[in-house]
Amino acid sequence: MNEIVDGFIQAVELIVSLDPEVLEITARSLLISLAATGIAALIAIPIGGYIHFREFGGKRGLVTIIQTLYALPTVIAGLFVFLLLSRVGPLGFLGLLFTPWGMVIGQTVLVIPLLVGMTLIALSGVKKTIQDEVISLGATSSQTIWTIVKEARFAILGGVILGFGRAISEVGAAMIIGGNIRGYTRVLTTAIALETSMGNIAFSIALGIILLAIALLVTTALFLVQER
Amino acid sequence: MIEFSHVSKSFGEKEVLNDLTFRIEKGEIFTFIGPSGTGKTTILRLINVLELPTSGSILIERKDTRVSERDKVALRRRMSVVFQKPAALRGSVFQNVALGLKFRNTPSNEIRHLVTEALNLVGLEGYEERKATTLSGGELQRVAIARALVTKPEILLLDEPTANLDPASTERIESLILSLSERFGTTIILSTHDMVQGQRLATRIAVILNRTLGQVGDSHQIFYQPRNREVARMVGVENIFDGTVVSNDEGLAIIDVKGTPIVASCPYSAGSPVTVYMRPEDIIFFVEKDGKSSARNELPGKITRVTPMGPNMKVRMDAGISLVAVITRRSYDELGLSKGISVYASFKATAIHVVKSDE
Repeated sequence: MNEIVDGFIQAVELIVSLDPEVLEITARSLLISLAATGIAALIAIPIGGYIHFREFGGKRGLVTIIQTLYALPTVIAGLFVFLLLSRVGPLGFLGLLFTPWGMVIGQTVLVIPLLVGMTLIALSGVKKTIQDEVISLGATSSQTIWTIVKEARFAILGGVILGFGRAISEVGAAMIIGGNIRGYTRVLTTAIALETSMGNIAFSIALGIILLAIALLVTTALFLVQER
Repeated sequence: MIEFSHVSKSFGEKEVLNDLTFRIEKGEIFTFIGPSGTGKTTILRLINVLELPTSGSILIERKDTRVSERDKVALRRRMSVVFQKPAALRGSVFQNVALGLKFRNTPSNEIRHLVTEALNLVGLEGYEERKATTLSGGELQRVAIARALVTKPEILLLDEPTANLDPASTERIESLILSLSERFGTTIILSTHDMVQGQRLATRIAVILNRTLGQVGDSHQIFYQPRNREVARMVGVENIFDGTVVSNDEGLAIIDVKGTPIVASCPYSAGSPVTVYMRPEDIIFFVEKDGKSSARNELPGKITRVTPMGPNMKVRMDAGISLVAVITRRSYDELGLSKGISVYASFKATAIHVVKSDE
């Protein structure tokens, strides 16, 4: 019991004293997950828009697959990207395995289905009358899509925030693709996993508190956006 | 300018419009009247190329509306629609009104000027920065009208434009419609269930009944010369009787309606089966036999029912046939009328519209 209480006290000390390693890991986590979410958004929102506005065969099936992939296990995404980036994989020549950029790719793959799904939900939340209004005002197809996406911007932003939450809290892909290399690919989640197994409880708790704080921030942001 | 020929429209199994053929001329104020849910909105959506006909064709300036997406946009950019329940996009009133101009890539300094002008036209000066989603129904309606006008359309489509407005705003919108038509020659196509509004505004009126065209004509034709029973009922012609022409003396006929002779002007010869139509406003009452009036008809009878209607009274009387009259409350009071009283109903031979029945 004492050990845990001591761990907490040391953890707070680590945070308050701005321990360089804690800061570095936190910054890296944020950067990697922000980059992954940003890239995923750039890919997923247009895909969501395309699926929403176009009629094509197998649309329902595709949407079902996307919804299934919301729950894509992080280790599976990790394994998939690992195989892609490994020396013998099709993208092995890029040399991205065990690099931060490799981790960004892994998290991007993880977040895209969720973000496509959230975009679809956001767009179908825009009333049909709005779309009629826009078309009848003389919008071309691309102007219509852009205007409706803008109309759904807060709901889509909510999806982006959720995606970021998934990216920063996942451990599987980060571990498999990044390899948890100290000072290079170690992020909050992989560090917690390692330090805990090494009995370095105080360090783990400090990182855990930070991760929770980020999660709280994300949820608050989501709440504020959905209030709009 | 707009030509419907044999246009039908179905949504799935449900037929909404059946075999409509008519023309709308450039510069007209053309009004569709009819009960709710009879397809008026669908007609406007067809003209705006938001829908395509299931069968038949629609030509706009001789161009069919079944064209590529690109050409549809070009057609739509010549017109504007004010929907019955306009939708506000997120953002300010300015952004909402500017939308159509943005789509047309109008330079932004010009947009500012045009939006201000359009807002002034609908009496919303200074509303630019208000949030559009928080406006009242009446304000939103006017924003929608400004949004439609700002692109200076050749054709303006208005779906029940004053259904949600108070009388003062309604008057304002109606005079705006008339002045647009006069100043810019805008072709205005509107739908309404308000008969009187149709009469006030329209160059021509189309009555839509049972998913099809009941009658097209100017307001006099529609209100005084209905083509059939359904149209007559729709436009408030409450006296409708079947009868037979007994004699015809140079256009002045005597028609027998269940034993009651009615004098009416019509070209039909003796023996023709006819239906006679008369508006309730065209009947006046006398307590004693008048004889001096130029009205050819003077039927004695008893008042059976009286219903107040604002400044007017609806009076039913039994004169062998059951007549419905609408007179002002003032004349009702001055004549000392009431239920059960004996009166003479007087109406002119020219007030009666006679249609030959189909054999």
